[in-house]
Amino acid sequence: MDTLLLARIQFAATTIFHFFFVPVSIGLVLLIAIMETMYVVKGKEEYKRMAKFWGKLFLINFAVGVVTGILQEFQFGMNWSDYSRFVGDVFGAPLAVEALFAFFLESTFIGLWIFGWDRLSKKVHLLSIWLVALGTTISAFWILAANSFMQRPVGFAVNNGRAEMNDFFALIGNGQLWVEFPHTVLGAFATGAFLITGVSAYKLLKKQDVDFFKKSFKIAVIVALASSFLTAIFGHQQAQYLVKTQPMKMAASEGLWGKSGDPAGWTVVAAIDPTTKENTYEIKIPYLLSFLSYSKFSGEVKGMNELQAQYEKIYGPGNYIPPVRTTFWSFRIMIAAGCLMIVLSAYGAYLAARKRLERSGKWYWRIMLYSISLPFIANTSGWVMTEFGRQPWTVFGLMQTKDSVSPSVTSGQILFSLIAFCLIYAALAAVLVYLFVRTISKGPYAEETADAHTHDPFGKEDYHAVS
Amino acid sequence: MLSLNELWFVLVAVLFIGFFFLEGFDFGVGMATQVLARNDTERRVLINSIGPFWDANEVWLLTAGGAIFAAFPNWYATMFSGYYTPLVVLLLALIGRGVAFEFRGKVDFAGWKKTWDAAIFAGSFLPPFLLGVVFSGLLKGLPIDQNMEMKAGLLDMVNLYTLAGGVLVVVLCYVHGLLFTVLRTTGELRDRARRQAKTALIPLAVLLVLFAILTYGMTDVFEVRGVLLTIVAVLGLAAFLLAGWFISGKRDGWAFGMTGTIIALSIASVFIGLFPRVMISSLSSAFSLTIDNAASGPYSLKVMTIAALFLLPFVLGYQIWSYFVFHKRVHETDHLEY
Repeated sequence: MDTLLLARIQFAATTIFHFFFVPVSIGLVLLIAIMETMYVVKGKEEYKRMAKFWGKLFLINFAVGVVTGILQEFQFGMNWSDYSRFVGDVFGAPLAVEALFAFFLESTFIGLWIFGWDRLSKKVHLLSIWLVALGTTISAFWILAANSFMQRPVGFAVNNGRAEMNDFFALIGNGQLWVEFPHTVLGAFATGAFLITGVSAYKLLKKQDVDFFKKSFKIAVIVALASSFLTAIFGHQQAQYLVKTQPMKMAASEGLWGKSGDPAGWTVVAAIDPTTKENTYEIKIPYLLSFLSYSKFSGEVKGMNELQAQYEKIYGPGNYIPPVRTTFWSFRIMIAAGCLMIVLSAYGAYLAARKRLERSGKWYWRIMLYSISLPFIANTSGWVMTEFGRQPWTVFGLMQTKDSVSPSVTSGQILFSLIAFCLIYAALAAVLVYLFVRTISKGPYAEETADAHTHDPFGKEDYHAVS
Repeated sequence: MLSLNELWFVLVAVLFIGFFFLEGFDFGVGMATQVLARNDTERRVLINSIGPFWDANEVWLLTAGGAIFAAFPNWYATMFSGYYTPLVVLLLALIGRGVAFEFRGKVDFAGWKKTWDAAIFAGSFLPPFLLGVVFSGLLKGLPIDQNMEMKAGLLDMVNLYTLAGGVLVVVLCYVHGLLFTVLRTTGELRDRARRQAKTALIPLAVLLVLFAILTYGMTDVFEVRGVLLTIVAVLGLAAFLLAGWFISGKRDGWAFGMTGTIIALSIASVFIGLFPRVMISSLSSAFSLTIDNAASGPYSLKVMTIAALFLLPFVLGYQIWSYFVFHKRVHETDHLEY
């Protein structure tokens, strides 16, 4: 296999894996911060226990997210050195600022949060978790600023054979960033919230620690509903932006070869044949594509054939059509998962508001347990659509993927690293699931029984012993 | 006045010095979990002594990597693709280490703990070794062609000089970690750490001298920066002697400061020897990467300078504060998080 294909497989595999954990961290830390805030405001121990119990899951997950993130930073230079040379001037800056601004913040304050329960005042401890939450969100902002540049390059000029930054504020004011960032971060909030509602639903189904998990469910379901609803709103914004800036991606995600006609109908399912460039079968909802694209019930959307001809004029001969079926289906999977999330969390919020949580049927708890997978499906397919849909470009209109790979790295080296990383990632995933299941089945009161026999570490005798 | 290119070269150097100074001791403590600790409780005390810090320490490496990417994209591209295989091993080691701290204490089962202990040891031993190999390779020079592509074979990366560099960094971190242990623990473990640190000074001295001689013979850095490097070497010698004196006098904080100084001077001398080059080509000096031909444009450097100068005081402030919050020694009867 050639280095380009292997490097792409490695990038896809490691990035998708990394992005299982990042949204969980971003979402869980927000909820933990909310729970600890309730503890500090209301003074009830139960909320502290909540922050600690969900905190355990957060920390296990956070560890995997952090270590898989190191590889992400190194990978650009290792596998994509020509890309790094060409865009480092622009693309490197957000990454460097991310490390300075966000990684230091979250890594320092997570240490303070874990080890500081008895050493910091309640308020400073609470501030620590909020700063971790802020750090994870800022981190997402900078990495998405870098990604947005790849989707829609701005704030640069090509000099000396490379892209050089000439307007930093254009980079962080990038319209793409301001639809992509809220959509992604809100999706991450929903991911964490669905994890908590799902786990709580499982415990409620088992009738274990009912009060604890009912409360957790209530807090999380509100966040789940608000964030999944807002994710959809910003998703809509992003789609409209896409029509303007990356029409080819939009056309591919619609399986649209010719012109859409005006008003344009939205294709629900289609049998796409990329070789003959036509769809042999499709079901359409009238008007909906016009609405998705322009927020009104009229307007035409360009198809891939027209755009291909147009791009050949601008960029020279070549194939500018991304993998259509992957883009088309990942878009639909994301939307389906997102809609389910809204419906399920809305029903949960309705039950909670009507104080009818206990009386809801077991079927609902069971569905909520399986729904933990929904945000993961939505997140992954969302990124697949975004990144596959941009092909053949790494930086849209500027640099193609085939020109981005490292010339000095051999396919043997990449194959070796690909296998090594896949093995260690598979092991990490297995251990993480094992630890999650274990922590969840032990429940929030496990520590009391375990710690009952050890003595108070901050008692006087110990203090004298160490000073 | 420093030019922006020079400033970023210095900042990258400072980030690596910070990284080796800070993560150096937690690498050392990680190694001590196998070499110094005698039972599970001692191992846990050691891990907990670095518990609140190691993650933030590692961010210094990430930031250094990010700074090279942003300020010297060609350096980043050449070095990271050229050193592919060692970096894969480095990443695997850091990945295993990072999760091991979190996972180790979660299940009370001997085989489980042994596995993660092995990951902690390998993850604390391999990174300083590999980075030592990589950094001494930078000094010795690597086959970099006119297109800035580095095509190094095994012997270009691993040879007497780079192996000496790797071992030296490992021993430096180990002694530094032992002295951190002395600062953060109590009782018998603490005394043993101090004794071992004192014993380890002899091999450390041998390695430092050996590496200095090899550097003189096998690289051009003394030709380029002879005076400055001699001054640094003399300062290093002074720090080394003081370290021995402070350990004997049980002035542990000062001793730790001195091993930190030796680390800082060692890393600084790498960058002094390189300047104004960032990677030396062994094929032709014309192919070497320098702070000019490897750098980003002036606008990028200016933007990042402003960002860095604005953010650094906060970063340093809260990191120092976190060391202050956890200044108390870790005792085996404490609640041990890990």
